[in-house]
Amino acid sequence: MATSETEDLKFTPLNEWHIAHGAKMVPFAGYNMPVQYKEGILQEHLWTRANAGLFDVSHMGQCFIISDAWEKTARAIEALVPADILNLKPGQQRYSQLLAPDGGILDDLMITRSAYPGWDGTAYVVVNAGCKDADYKHIAAHLPAGVTLKIDDNLALIALQGPKASEVLGAIVPEAKTLAFMTYHSATLDGVHLHISRSGYTGEDGYEISLEARHVASFCDRLLANPLVKPVGLGARDSLRLEAGLCLYGHDIDTTTSPIEADLKWSIQKRRREEGGFPGAARIQKELKEGPSRLRVGIQPEGRQPAREGTEIFAVENGQSRKIGVITSGGFGPTANAPVAMGYVEAAFAKADTPVTLLVRGKELPAKVAAMPFAPHRYYR
Amino acid sequence: MTTYFTKDHEYVRVEGDVATVGITDYAQSQLGDVVFVELPGVGKSYKQGAEAAVVESVKAASDVYAPISGEVVEVNAALADTPAMINEDAEGKGWFMKIKIADKGELAGLMDAAAYKAHTA
Repeated sequence: MATSETEDLKFTPLNEWHIAHGAKMVPFAGYNMPVQYKEGILQEHLWTRANAGLFDVSHMGQCFIISDAWEKTARAIEALVPADILNLKPGQQRYSQLLAPDGGILDDLMITRSAYPGWDGTAYVVVNAGCKDADYKHIAAHLPAGVTLKIDDNLALIALQGPKASEVLGAIVPEAKTLAFMTYHSATLDGVHLHISRSGYTGEDGYEISLEARHVASFCDRLLANPLVKPVGLGARDSLRLEAGLCLYGHDIDTTTSPIEADLKWSIQKRRREEGGFPGAARIQKELKEGPSRLRVGIQPEGRQPAREGTEIFAVENGQSRKIGVITSGGFGPTANAPVAMGYVEAAFAKADTPVTLLVRGKELPAKVAAMPFAPHRYYR
Repeated sequence: MTTYFTKDHEYVRVEGDVATVGITDYAQSQLGDVVFVELPGVGKSYKQGAEAAVVESVKAASDVYAPISGEVVEVNAALADTPAMINEDAEGKGWFMKIKIADKGELAGLMDAAAYKAHTA
């Protein structure tokens, strides 16, 4: 199977660990990544929703934006993203998007304000693997004097997700149990520094843990020693985030979609909506006021057949069927025990329960617009 | 009773002039968890190599081709409710359809068990 495509693959610090645990490895965003382990996507998905799944997300980009004062750092970031960064409290984390001048999305990312004494001017930023080189270039090119970007390639990132994640991590780091959603705690375990945030991308309670790459395999072994934990691959990560109604960059959001079209209005706080001052503000403020022409919605096909990415969506208007949108992510939701999808439709058809028709493999498949998430969010609040 | 295999991972179990058709155990292991199967209607006729069924796993959708020309005389209706049977017993209870063989000469172009094993090695 070794082809020229795989020769340039990069490896996370857990590559050998995945193989030792029976992973099926596939190329993803330039990395050799585990798509599943022995039990398969379905079981790994259900295990995460019932217990705790351990994910390697070390392929994602981890970097720091640094100045001598939070206000300086925050203002520099606010010139690139539409979220309120200035009002982040020390230790608080927020989801946002890097925007292009026309309001299209260059990437989505997590931004955390440091709570380390003496590091108050530092933001910790996590970006997508497939976009990270372009993101770093974009960020570095737009930072003002006195604000710098520091890329850290020596960090690993793992996620522990599921209703038992708190019990598992709390057994070795007690402070993790009561850590607030979207904040982080800095812990030291047997001399290893752990940056633990209460966040994730499955819709479940859980953590994302950043630590030095050289320690990550032994830390994963320690988590896996708890029988509530199983390793989970990218396949289940995709079905979990799809059921949770969360966007996958390059599929549900990209440079052609605005955050408002993507139904990410909630991620733009009030001050920024009013003041603007981010790339594409004119378009985004117009869409906030008048509504976007299309909107990302959930799509629930009838029956059992999944409708995949690229499936065209039709609806009847004035007695005539016409194309009103397209599916951007679709598959089978093991928890929903049904096919689930999301995509963009013209705004007039975005209301939940609107009947639509999907063209799947040349056949018409009845479906409806559905409220998301397909599996309820169970974050720690 | 002889079983033949295609390069696209269908099996053909011949009993008299009827062939039981499904996907191989190797195919199901590559597909992963099967969540949906679309079977042809009884009475439909297919040419060898024509798309006759669809199998969808959590990962992806795949076509199943008629490994031999003929008329569909029976389909495995149980798969509609329990598609996971394909993962559990692909070459047994997870069969897709029975085809009345139109031309036994086509069987000569298929692989035997040993050749298929080599094909998937």
